[in-house]
Amino acid sequence: MKEKANLLDLSRDTGTMSKKELEASPGYPSKEDLKKGSVVVIECTEEIPCDPCETVCKRGAIVVGEPITNLPRLDPEKCNGCGLCITICPGLAIFLVDATYSENEAAISFPHEYLPLPKESDEVEAVNRKGRIVCKGKVIKVRSPKRYDHTPVVTVAVPKKYLHEVRGIKRLNKGAK
Amino acid sequence: MFNKGPSLRVFDHPILGKMERREQINIYVDGKKIPAYQGEPIAASLVAAGIKVFRFTSNRDEPRGIFCAIGRCTDCVMTVNGEPNVRTCVTPVEAGMKIETQKGLGRWQKKI
Amino acid sequence: MAKENLACELAIIGGGPAGLAAAIEAAKAGVRVSLFDENEKPGGQLFKQIHKFFGSKEHQAGIRGHDIGYHLLDECQKVGVDTRLNTVVWGIEDNKIGIVNEKASRIVDAKRIIVATGASENPLSFPDWTLPGVMGAGAAQTMMNVHRVLPGTKVLMVGSGNVGLIVSYQLLLAGAEVVAVVEALPKIGGYVVHAAKLRRAGVPILTSTSILEARGKEAVKEATICSLDEKLCPLEGCERTLKVDLICLAVGLSPLAELCWMAGCKFKYLPELGGFVPIHDENMRTTLSYLYLAGDVAGVEEASSALEEGKLAGVSVAGELGYLKKDEAEEEKDRIRKRLSSLRLGPFGDMRAKAKLELMRAKG
Repeated sequence: MKEKANLLDLSRDTGTMSKKELEASPGYPSKEDLKKGSVVVIECTEEIPCDPCETVCKRGAIVVGEPITNLPRLDPEKCNGCGLCITICPGLAIFLVDATYSENEAAISFPHEYLPLPKESDEVEAVNRKGRIVCKGKVIKVRSPKRYDHTPVVTVAVPKKYLHEVRGIKRLNKGAK
Repeated sequence: MFNKGPSLRVFDHPILGKMERREQINIYVDGKKIPAYQGEPIAASLVAAGIKVFRFTSNRDEPRGIFCAIGRCTDCVMTVNGEPNVRTCVTPVEAGMKIETQKGLGRWQKKI
Repeated sequence: MAKENLACELAIIGGGPAGLAAAIEAAKAGVRVSLFDENEKPGGQLFKQIHKFFGSKEHQAGIRGHDIGYHLLDECQKVGVDTRLNTVVWGIEDNKIGIVNEKASRIVDAKRIIVATGASENPLSFPDWTLPGVMGAGAAQTMMNVHRVLPGTKVLMVGSGNVGLIVSYQLLLAGAEVVAVVEALPKIGGYVVHAAKLRRAGVPILTSTSILEARGKEAVKEATICSLDEKLCPLEGCERTLKVDLICLAVGLSPLAELCWMAGCKFKYLPELGGFVPIHDENMRTTLSYLYLAGDVAGVEEASSALEEGKLAGVSVAGELGYLKKDEAEEEKDRIRKRLSSLRLGPFGDMRAKAKLELMRAKG
């Protein structure tokens, strides 16, 4: 029997992919690949007919193939971290992780379609996949050129130990929880 | 930033951009002057003004408002310029329009 | 009522993605097309879909729905489709449709007719569901994406299919707060990537949970939600009241097929496609030889399928009327059918693919 208090429990798993699922998916880089520098992280674990990530990658680092329900497969050797795939993904499921950003920090880039956008050098609250604040982060870059079609990419620097967890920031809208 | 204070209008939207400039006009709801934008449906002006109740049902006097917003369900009807049962979600505003919260099926007051 | 009938070769009812796509294909081939839509602007649901589409390049993946809409309208104008807006099609019988707009009521003779009237949102009743502040998820989407007004600032979303998840995300973009998404079944109905976006934004998604009642005097002020057991019955003592001013219902869509009932088409009941769906073949033709279908009215799917079915119906009619050579038409239809099949792959599409097959094999 579920308790009343747990009804709005944010730590529930519904709607989030487990670490196991992610590490098993062909779009998630291995620990070794992450150590080498900027690499894309594709968090796509369901078979949906969809392949714009493959189409947009100029280096062929992402392969979906046929049928297009295949999960995207990442070739980290070919990935140069340009981030075009981050903005084209209709599911906003692609991120960029640079574990070598600095001695103590990793840089995480993610799509952020909210207003207001943070500004470079802002201090922000970094969140995990469940929307929970895990640490403070510093905004390094905010990119929103026309070709991103209204999907800005924000890059934050966070303590290295959170590189597997941080996938966004707390929304800056005053009304946000 | 959008939605400063109580405004329900989405002046700036991350994907749709800034709201396009439209002429501001006045309409009257139960005698009260309400600002509106030329060309928008009556329901939009009312929502922006914080008005939620559009009519009351015939038998049990229950409040009703928007339900489908595309002109199919008739939940949003009000009496407009003397004509009852006007679907406010698909009828554009006009300057000086007189809109009344409708009771039941309303009364036809418009000159034909 | 005017004395003479109007006439066209192809009358298309509904100017959403299916209707527009059909009009473009037929008009490109040379058919005289008249497109009727009851709204003052065509585009149907497309202009509300401000998110990037899935699929592949040929399905215009990665492009936002409203941009696809502008592109279609553009093309429609270029190929010279006679578009009649603010026009309601009130009746249909034997190659004739009845239309009415502000000026007049007329009968239109058409060699072929394509019904592309889409689908409507399902209601969900619970105590005080009629209070202002309870509306369809699509209704909230129309108000904020098309009319740029927020019908509420603290929202409860009922239903976690793709409509519920996508509209919840769009509510966040427009500046509202989604207090929770509730889903009666034990599993989320839509794509996990849509759910993931909401979770990252701090929105709880509660499965095996539903709404018990809305509360408020003249408008919604609160909603009581409750956990459900495996039989989907409320569990005692597991309720919680949320302060919300907007309750959105995202509990499915049903084909808007009244005109097909009126005309005498045969139907089949398929819950995977939204309920009663008119039977049609692989050329999108119903059990009536002059009447074709396209889009959600032929089974609730997605915008990309609606676009392809529209093209299929348009090409079928163009072929039938002799504007395309038989083998040309067959080849093009095959290409479209292939694209449709690829959209119906995977665990989500599978169910629809099977249901569509059943529909096409059914005899009237």
